[in-house]
Amino acid sequence: MGERDQRVVVTGLGVLAPNAHGVPEFVRALREGKSGIRFQPHLAESGFACCVGGIPEGIDEIAARYLTDEERFAMNQNMVFSAIAALDAWSDAGLARSPVDGDVDWDAGAIIGTGIGGIDTVVAKLAPKVDTAKVGRLGSTMVEQVMSSGNSARVAGLLGLGNQVTTNSSACNTGTEAIVDAFLRIREGRAQRMLAGGSEGSSKYIWAGFDAMKVLDRRHNASPAEASRPMSASAGGFVPGSGAGVLALESLASARARGARVYAEIIGGYLNCGGHRMGGSMTAPNPTGVRRCIQGAVAMAGVLPEAIDAINGHLTATFADPHEVASWSAALGLPPAKMPLLHSTKSLIGHALGAAGGIECVASVLECFHGFVHGSLNCEDLHPELAAYADRIPHSTVERPDLQVIAKASFGFGDVNGCVIFRKFKS
Amino acid sequence: MEQAQVLEKVIAILKPFVKSPEALATVSMDSLIVKDLKVNSARLVDVVLEIEDMFGIAVADADADKVKTVGDAVTLILAGKK
Repeated sequence: MGERDQRVVVTGLGVLAPNAHGVPEFVRALREGKSGIRFQPHLAESGFACCVGGIPEGIDEIAARYLTDEERFAMNQNMVFSAIAALDAWSDAGLARSPVDGDVDWDAGAIIGTGIGGIDTVVAKLAPKVDTAKVGRLGSTMVEQVMSSGNSARVAGLLGLGNQVTTNSSACNTGTEAIVDAFLRIREGRAQRMLAGGSEGSSKYIWAGFDAMKVLDRRHNASPAEASRPMSASAGGFVPGSGAGVLALESLASARARGARVYAEIIGGYLNCGGHRMGGSMTAPNPTGVRRCIQGAVAMAGVLPEAIDAINGHLTATFADPHEVASWSAALGLPPAKMPLLHSTKSLIGHALGAAGGIECVASVLECFHGFVHGSLNCEDLHPELAAYADRIPHSTVERPDLQVIAKASFGFGDVNGCVIFRKFKS
Repeated sequence: MEQAQVLEKVIAILKPFVKSPEALATVSMDSLIVKDLKVNSARLVDVVLEIEDMFGIAVADADADKVKTVGDAVTLILAGKK
């Protein structure tokens, strides 16, 4: 146990995204505006209206490099995605993987969330056997694959983590929520190192319900890279994505003690719920809740709104984008012309649901560290309600070597909100 | 089927679950599956399912519970094939 009010820094990053795997590739993809959205024949075959999606490429080959046959035998796609990003973040932080018969790191834990989890296991393995009275043929791995905490539990075993290990779930706010919770845990001195973020598989069974709600884009099956259109007048719904994004968070004291490279500092974080009141519902955010969340994070950060250089928004490409931008403006008390640069990582990779906050926080930290703001694709035809913000929304990468503060927010079904503030590290 | 052939197939079934490659290199009928080969005890369920599929036999739970060594599995299979 350490002292309260610890400074918390990001010392490692792991990312498995539809457009890149690993930090160097992801930085390039962000800078170049590389889309990871592709036509998905299996969605067309299943009668989806939206037949495009974001799925990390080459996953079998990558997984074989990271995990043994025995480990993969008991892991579904969500767990594999989570493990790859977590192992990468740990290694990127300069931390060693404890051997199976090695030590436990009692000061290191993991909060790695998921929105939907192992539904592919339920559909493909569990239900068919149970429904045909073959329970005895299920084998030993069903529980660990369908338990909600399967992704973080596996990571704990791979690395020998001995502090809190859990899986949170708050729909599309999941990854950001995990990072805020882990940040607060280290800040309070309850852990020295936490892996934090989110993962989500790409099963059509995860995506089908959203397609049925008609909240997925259905107009760009023939032009996948144009399908994810946050802030666009022609946005017609989000594009489903998948993958994992994990941050290695660490107390500054721990990072200093081992001479770790620091990507950025987390200076504020806030979580709340709009209570499904005042315009909020299971599927829509209460604008007051959104504003209170942003203001809570900024207040904790102790920075003036004018000091925020960029906002990596939730910005999914639904009708809610203009409302979100209006909420940012109201929460920060800044008119459109004075707003930070606004951008959406989802324009490149789609909406990775429970992994979105994790992957997008990795993007935000890299932007902070390297001093750039990536462009948002497919919003040249800006939504008319965003016209006043036009010069605050870059379409291609803007180099900002002096970038100091970036705000990242996620909002999820259930009317839940999360916001985290990263600052360029100053010793 | 001869004992040696069964042993070879049992080792093949165990291989993906073995966490001690060194022990696998010197595996014998007396090797303890969990203690020596470092197979996760929960995975014995999966090993037995593989044995049932590969050899076309049904293994009763009580018999499965008695399998401790590689030789126990081989003996169980040879008895089941009779």
